[in-house]
Amino acid sequence: MSSLPWITILIAVPLVAALVLWLVPGLHRFARPVGLAVSLVTLGGAVAMATGFDPSRAGEQQLTQTVGWIPSIGASYAVGLNGLGLVMVLLALALVPIVLAADWHAVPDASEADRRATDRRRATFVALVLALASLMVAVFAARDVFLFYVVFEVMLIPVYFLVGMFGGANRRSAAVKFLVYSLAGGLIMLVGVVMLYLQGPGGPQGFLIDNLAGVVSDPTTERWLFVAFFVAFAVKAPMWPVHTWLPDTTAQATPGTSTLLVGVLDKVGTFGMLALCLPLFPGAARWAAPAIVVLALISIVYGALVAIGQQDMMRFIAFTSISHFGFIVLGIFVGSEVAMTGAMFYMLAHGLSIAGLFLLAGYLAERGGSRRIDAYGGWQRVTPVLAGLFLVSGMASVALPGLSGFIGEYLVLVGSFASSIPAAAVATLGVVLAALYFLLVYQRVFTGQPRAEIAQARADGALRDLGARERWSLVPVVVAMVVLGVLPGPVLDLLTPLAQVLALGGAQ
Amino acid sequence: MSLMHYLVLSGILFTIGAVTVLVRRNAILAFMGVELMLNSCNLALVAFSRVHGTLTGQVMAFYVMVVAAAEVVVGLAIIVSIYRARRTVSVDEPSLLRN
Amino acid sequence: MIDLAWLVVAIPLASSALLLLLGRRSDAWGHLLATLAAVASFVVGLLVVLEVLGQSPEERINDVHLFSWIPAGELSIDAGLRVDPLSLTFVMLITFVGSLIHVYSIGYMTHDPARRRFFAYLNLFVAAMLVLVLADSYALLFVGWEGVGLASYLLIGFWNHNTDYAVAAKKAFVMNRVGDMGLIVAMGLMFASLGTVSFSGVDAAASGLSTPMATAIGLLLLLGACGKSAQFPLQAWLGDAMAGPTPVSALIHAATMVTAGVYLIVRADSIFSAAPTAQLVTACVGAFTLLLGAAIACGKDDIKKSLAGSTMSQIGYMVLAAGLGPIGYAYAIFHLVTHGFFKAGLFLGAGSVMHANGDSTDMRTYGGLRKVMLVTWATFAVCWLAIIGVPPFAGFYSKDKIIETAFVGEGWQPWVFGGAALVGAAVTAFYMSRMFFMTFHGKARWVDEASKLGADDPRPRRHPHESPLVMTLPVVVLAIGAVSLGFLLSLGDGITGWLEPVTGHVDHPEPVLPVPVILTATLVLVAAGVALAWRQYGMNTVPLTAPAGSPLTRAARRDFFADDVNEALAMRPGQHLTRTLVYADTAVVDGAVTGAAAGTVASGRVLRKLQNGYVRSYAAMILAGVVIAGAVLHLVRL
Repeated sequence: MSSLPWITILIAVPLVAALVLWLVPGLHRFARPVGLAVSLVTLGGAVAMATGFDPSRAGEQQLTQTVGWIPSIGASYAVGLNGLGLVMVLLALALVPIVLAADWHAVPDASEADRRATDRRRATFVALVLALASLMVAVFAARDVFLFYVVFEVMLIPVYFLVGMFGGANRRSAAVKFLVYSLAGGLIMLVGVVMLYLQGPGGPQGFLIDNLAGVVSDPTTERWLFVAFFVAFAVKAPMWPVHTWLPDTTAQATPGTSTLLVGVLDKVGTFGMLALCLPLFPGAARWAAPAIVVLALISIVYGALVAIGQQDMMRFIAFTSISHFGFIVLGIFVGSEVAMTGAMFYMLAHGLSIAGLFLLAGYLAERGGSRRIDAYGGWQRVTPVLAGLFLVSGMASVALPGLSGFIGEYLVLVGSFASSIPAAAVATLGVVLAALYFLLVYQRVFTGQPRAEIAQARADGALRDLGARERWSLVPVVVAMVVLGVLPGPVLDLLTPLAQVLALGGAQ
Repeated sequence: MSLMHYLVLSGILFTIGAVTVLVRRNAILAFMGVELMLNSCNLALVAFSRVHGTLTGQVMAFYVMVVAAAEVVVGLAIIVSIYRARRTVSVDEPSLLRN
Repeated sequence: MIDLAWLVVAIPLASSALLLLLGRRSDAWGHLLATLAAVASFVVGLLVVLEVLGQSPEERINDVHLFSWIPAGELSIDAGLRVDPLSLTFVMLITFVGSLIHVYSIGYMTHDPARRRFFAYLNLFVAAMLVLVLADSYALLFVGWEGVGLASYLLIGFWNHNTDYAVAAKKAFVMNRVGDMGLIVAMGLMFASLGTVSFSGVDAAASGLSTPMATAIGLLLLLGACGKSAQFPLQAWLGDAMAGPTPVSALIHAATMVTAGVYLIVRADSIFSAAPTAQLVTACVGAFTLLLGAAIACGKDDIKKSLAGSTMSQIGYMVLAAGLGPIGYAYAIFHLVTHGFFKAGLFLGAGSVMHANGDSTDMRTYGGLRKVMLVTWATFAVCWLAIIGVPPFAGFYSKDKIIETAFVGEGWQPWVFGGAALVGAAVTAFYMSRMFFMTFHGKARWVDEASKLGADDPRPRRHPHESPLVMTLPVVVLAIGAVSLGFLLSLGDGITGWLEPVTGHVDHPEPVLPVPVILTATLVLVAAGVALAWRQYGMNTVPLTAPAGSPLTRAARRDFFADDVNEALAMRPGQHLTRTLVYADTAVVDGAVTGAAAGTVASGRVLRKLQNGYVRSYAAMILAGVVIAGAVLHLVRL
């Protein structure tokens, strides 16, 4: 089993399926079930791959494969996974079928005459999501700086179309804003990539991360390169003050796209900090750590405060994410092994809670016809299951012990105290603000008396609680939240060895 | 004759060609100007080739000729079709590229 | 059996999960299952207690390892249970009182369509509270700590279609989170300085802590305790929390959850012993809150809010005792247990009264209810005598010990703490008697529904009646406890001997005043308080609408402006900050981005003019470009 090139298979299968679905018109009618099946098969493959992963060597790259790609510039197709990569690939591939199921009606049903066009749009949607799945695996598995950069940029294309084609009224400008923001960060990174190669040993494998780690000897050059990479990742992550594309994009995108965008794609930013910034430029990372910790703290508090003032549910969730990304970045750069382990776990846990919140907010908006928070009230009585699941997801997001969010946040906070007590104390403020922002929204949406016409619609049966498809799209997410909150051990075992290798001891 | 003579002649031809392109409104004459510029370049290339004793310049000159021939075919075809459509060959008339 | 102690937690947790997952399908029998789960948990707990009693006193601290919970390299936290006399005392209190309240709720919530959900939340609370007291590390304790916070949130907001109730629930959770922040920071400091957060690890290493660090950790733990136990300055949520159904107020906001702060302080003995300043602050907070709560209780006409003030005040006694150090720990826990019984009894009694009066909580519309609710009257009377500390009722034994201990020490402290405790006893006697007389004695300030009085009569129309057996029986059991528990638990070594393996053996030094003097003073003050209340509320007619009252009364009615202070200090500045930031985010941070974009567009609009569509001008530009490029190359000699 383990001799199979698993990672390449996981990259190829969804990509091929996406192409076939897009190019064969006869398949358009069945795009959604076929896409769901392909994504489930891919997920099964990922699980099978995970069984071949040796947790005791989780700090190293496993299942590796290296093939020359463009030898004349030193680029190679080099893939492999360490513990964190494996966890992120599993998260990404687990979210894909959930998103496909949740966005089943992202393209509304049309009349018989428009059936063909509707089917084509649906097939496009599924194909884009599958293509994205393939690229997500590739980006988390890349062991070559050039390959990572290329995938990092190519990923923008499907997201651009997902946001720009399927979404709210202002989806076009949101998509452009997302694209331009990301490209700006990416181009700065490209400069860094080229300069880094020139500093390295060159040769046909001159872009391999292993061959470039720590090669920059001049501190000034190292710092410039670090900044070039970090800016791209900070835009992606997104950190204050380069976060403003996220609320605009999520406010327009479909809930499923937002889930993939914030739940997985944004993690590429923090993943890049862990997988590229730290091993490539250890000295500069230590130099920049204090400033980055300050930015992370600003993100935590700022994101939470601005979230309190939001009127739109999707923007609200986006701002809570900015706060949470602050925690992740804090954990990475504060200089404690425990905090870094926590940050990596946080990346997984946040992917789950954000999926729950975005999808439920989407289901709610489908029923209420609005994404504005003040358009609701008393919906716990109207849709009790939806309300209950929203509460669980929100509580996971604000780190209630017993749910997955707690483990990451607790480790980040407690670990931070060992490195920097003031920074950790400021971050703890986020805990209180989190309770406040989430419960405020819960109160405004779900408590009180429902409006008369809503209650009437409920009584008439025109308005229903979550149906089977909607429930089952969330069951795996909620189960994972609980299981990871109670038994995080197996996942932590995959992450701890990596944190021991990467943690910045010298940041104290 | 030294290299300089060839280059000066090439420069003069190029300038005449460039001025023709800029000054004349008639598309065919402008076209001639372009040809003149290309051939002035050819002259310079061949001259360099001779001075250096390598064939690279001559090869380039042939290349330019081939391209120029192709360009003439396409360009004249465009001019003819413009003439058919608009009854004029003035380059200032079809300013449709604007907007 | 000790190895099976996890069942104590697991049974109610499983029941709660089952009821929530099955949904409406379990409506018919959900309340029975939940009650059964609570009782089963009590039975398992009892078996564990019996086994621990069989151990010799030194061996009674059992650590049961369950599984490795958070293995994160340097910080590795195991999930395990600390089964010792202290935790078992709580287990008994929680499961026993919890079971009674489950039974009571069957009757109280009969007519509520969401009764099954209510019982699921109650079970969830019991499980979380048991995790809190059985945990063997601060981290796992925190799980229970937040878990009870969530259960409390869900239950206060159980009737959240009333927006005020939903707001009260949110307020409770957020203020609790402020306290929880203290607990998180304390754990962070423990990890930073000691490298562990388990009880055994911290206890072993705490003596090596520097005094400032120990004081910081102690004060932060105190902040956590204040949040959960509604002590000053985080007390404001408790009154509003009375929005929950009355059994919730009895179980969570009187008997168990709000006492978790006291548990935490006693549990963190090793930290507090290394930090005398933190201990002193703890005692001060307790002494202040016991007076503050008592004063609030005097001013309220809402029977539940008055009881909430009383709870605050009684927990103040416990925190005061816990702040006195090892000499006070056992008494704090003793009072906690007896208080759990009589306060739960009082709340359930109040619930019966409300139930009988159409859910009105206004004591001014009660009066003369003794005749129609004899059982409730009798049980309420017993609990009343217990809380004001009349011998031989339970409160006498436990509270008197705290008052005596408060008088121990040197310098100003015994006089201040002892004085506060004494004054508190007198005020307690006053407000509890006031409540008792206003409710059950005097003239009825309501008219029977069937009476033929004219519609202009201002008194509300009611049909008071005794509650069914399922509601009175638990109250009777609690009343029996309120009578006997003080005596029973001080037989022989009593509860102090039982707790000794945890609290350590202490010699009790003499108070600054002779014990008989303190005892007499207490009893005289209590009698005076009762007499005053009788003169004012028993003999006189109580007006239906509250008189204006003195400034002090008016302040007490408004919880001494706690909400106004919170609003002025936290809420309004917070709202302004939020609004400013939201504006700044779009205008400044995003404005910089959109500004750059707009600049690009504007420059494009200017440059677009060059694209005039004339081929010849393009050709000229190309030529000019070539010439300029050539010139630059020539001049710079690149």
